[in-house]
Amino acid sequence: MSETGQNTGQNGLVLAADGTPLKKSLARSLRVEKLRALALIAPLLLFVLFSFIWPIGEMLFRSVDNRDVGEVLPKTVAVLKDWDGTSGELPDETVYKAFTADMLVAIDAKQHTKLGRRLNYETSGISSLFRKSGRKIKKLDLETDGPFKEALIKIDKKWGDVETWKAIQTHSVKYTDGYYLAAIDMQRTPEGAAAQSEDKRIMMTLFKRTLWMSMIITGMCVLLGYPVAWILANLPARSANLLMILVLLPFWTSLLVRTSAWKVMLQQQGVINEVLVWLGMVADDSRLVIINNQFGTITAMTHILLPFMILPMYSVMQTIQPTYLRAAKSLGATNWTAFWRVYFPQSIPGIGAGSILVFILSIGYYITPEIVGGAKGVFISNRIAYHISSSGNWGLAAALGAILLAVVLVLYWVYDKIVGIDNVKLG
Amino acid sequence: MADTHSGDAFVEFERVQKSYDGEVLVVKDLNLSIPKGEFLTMLGPSGSGKTTCLMMLAGFETATHGEIKIDGVSINNIPPHKRGIGMVFQNYALFPHMTIAENLSFPLEVRKIGKSDREAKVKRALDMVEMGDFGGRRPAQLSGGQQQRIALARALVFEPELVLMDEPLGALDKQLREKMQFEITHLAHSLGITTVYVTHDQTEALTMSDRVAVFDDGRIQQIDPPDVLYENPKNAFVAQFIGENNTLHGTVKSISGDECVVVLDSGEEIDAMPVNVSKVGERTTVSIRPERVEFDKSRLHADAHTLKAEVLEFIYMGDIFRTRLRVAGTDEFIIKSRNAPDQTRLKPGEHVEIGWLARDCRALEA
Ligand SMILES: Nc1ncnc2c1ncn2[C@@H]1O[C@H](COP(=O)(O)OP(=O)(O)OP(=O)(O)O)[C@@H](O)[C@H]1O
Ligand SMILES: [Mg+2]
Repeated sequence: MSETGQNTGQNGLVLAADGTPLKKSLARSLRVEKLRALALIAPLLLFVLFSFIWPIGEMLFRSVDNRDVGEVLPKTVAVLKDWDGTSGELPDETVYKAFTADMLVAIDAKQHTKLGRRLNYETSGISSLFRKSGRKIKKLDLETDGPFKEALIKIDKKWGDVETWKAIQTHSVKYTDGYYLAAIDMQRTPEGAAAQSEDKRIMMTLFKRTLWMSMIITGMCVLLGYPVAWILANLPARSANLLMILVLLPFWTSLLVRTSAWKVMLQQQGVINEVLVWLGMVADDSRLVIINNQFGTITAMTHILLPFMILPMYSVMQTIQPTYLRAAKSLGATNWTAFWRVYFPQSIPGIGAGSILVFILSIGYYITPEIVGGAKGVFISNRIAYHISSSGNWGLAAALGAILLAVVLVLYWVYDKIVGIDNVKLG
Repeated sequence: MADTHSGDAFVEFERVQKSYDGEVLVVKDLNLSIPKGEFLTMLGPSGSGKTTCLMMLAGFETATHGEIKIDGVSINNIPPHKRGIGMVFQNYALFPHMTIAENLSFPLEVRKIGKSDREAKVKRALDMVEMGDFGGRRPAQLSGGQQQRIALARALVFEPELVLMDEPLGALDKQLREKMQFEITHLAHSLGITTVYVTHDQTEALTMSDRVAVFDDGRIQQIDPPDVLYENPKNAFVAQFIGENNTLHGTVKSISGDECVVVLDSGEEIDAMPVNVSKVGERTTVSIRPERVEFDKSRLHADAHTLKAEVLEFIYMGDIFRTRLRVAGTDEFIIKSRNAPDQTRLKPGEHVEIGWLARDCRALEA
């Protein structure tokens, strides 16, 4: 019956009144609207571009950027290309000469220690080698002091070690996947990618812990938040507003204060333990360890992130009319069936939105795990912070961050496949 | 108004009262009995307590006082889901996350009816409302009228003996509404279901119902078949509320049997039938249907009282003519006459004499 009264072209395309395909004229008429919408969001878009997208891009670039070696030792890198590291023989005099030439320039520009630090991420010990030899290489004269092979090995016998040159050769490429390998407990060796030595593996543990604990935190938030959101949505407006203020109350105090409060609560000499001991529920000498471990992190973060779960659930539940429940009951459903088959499915978008929000917030959480997490309760973000502020290995921090971003995107995609992003409602 | 022809009563309200806040009675002393298979409409202005009555029957509100019985059994303590009452809500309340077929299958599933049986019943119900091809769609993909029909099918699919409908046609346009009115009554009668229907549209009430209960102020003002309600309203509220009425005010001059003479405030005299007046000298409101007014003197009794009238406006409405006149001091006196070849078309400014049969003019309380 759809054909009647419509213009249909030869190939079955529906035509508009002027004979152009309907699809095309629809697209044309929508374009103006789209442009107008674009103009309205342009200021925000620009702001986001410069303050968010660009820095993130910069950061992501750092995770593969490896131009240090090539920039500081250009001549060495060029001649090292022809050297076969697997032969077990040292490079020949041309390489040593080129290296000395590069180093003389680098030492003048005080670049050699930076290079040492960079190579030290991959092979420990190189940093001090560069620092120490630097002072002596400075005194060499390019014209008179050859051959440089012997001269350098005399300065430090490590220059006579094939591994040192292999390290330089391996990391002389412009772009590297070394940071990413390091981020998943592997390393780039001259022989290719290999697993990190056992005692240095930590990243995968942290990633798994971060994901696992974020899931638990999200689950706890759903369990605790759902009833609250339900009550909020079904109370008369006045009492609902009061309860809403209680839900939002945590937002009025700083995150640091709230987390510190948890520290006070959870310590072995803290409020909870004192009360339990006082009640005689635990013995004085076997106080519960509920801080500086995963329990501490989960407890504190569930509390802190709960409002982010309740708010989207509440706003979705508010739109579910009570007549649906009545209709279900009039059709013969018990209270439970009516809830489970009619109310709950309609509230899923709220749960979805809340879960995505809480999950994404929690896998990037830093301050709370730092304060109450101890060694067993820290997240990958604490590691990122460590590499940014203490070790200075920004490349690794960037790689970790990029992996985290990818994980979030993958989860988002999975969620879209299963629940459907258009099922997410924040209001 | 007490209505006691129990015995064959299927649904009974006995002295039911309802208050939401403990201060105001929303339903005051409701007595009502509905025999099996009847199509009863609750009609009344907004806020008169119709929905409240329906909700008490469905079990979503509890009566503050009194008893509600279905088939002789008091249902005050039966939870809604065990009452087995089909219900059509004003906004349809179709479950948005289920397809049409799933919506219809829901009441059967909760009754643990087998899959094949369920499918057969769903199909039959969909065919019944002529929506057989729409089982796979979502409610949001249907038009208002289609949703309405699905809501109806869902309320009927589990074969309830009693169906409640709360203004189910409120959201539809006039034409669709009229079509659905017919379909609903037709279905209800052919399935032999007892129906309680709520509306504040009086045409709907008159065309659909076996009996109409007119609500006002938490009471049933009158409960009667449509024709009785229309022609013999028992009080001024019903007369005003049902159909169009001309009202004139005056005092009873004499009463003899079922005729009386009323002196209008303008001094003129008219014939009327005493309904709510019993004494000479009583104040009264008389009400006359516009279509019962005669302006052709030859068709009136020779000794009938007549009133002088001046034509103010003549409106051609197709099937009828609607003439507005100035009569006994009011400018809002309406006459409706059928559009027939021999019908007189009055012209504005014309002076005529109007009158009526005494039994068409009801003298009600002031
Ligand atoms: N849940 C409630 N709480 C308090 N008062 C209510 C509630 N529901 C209805 N009322 C009051 O009860 C009275 C009757 O309401 P009801 O809904 O029965 O009217 P109605 O006849 O269905 O009107 P309408 O034609 O507008 O639907 C109204 O004055 C209304 O304000
Ligand atoms: Mg109502």
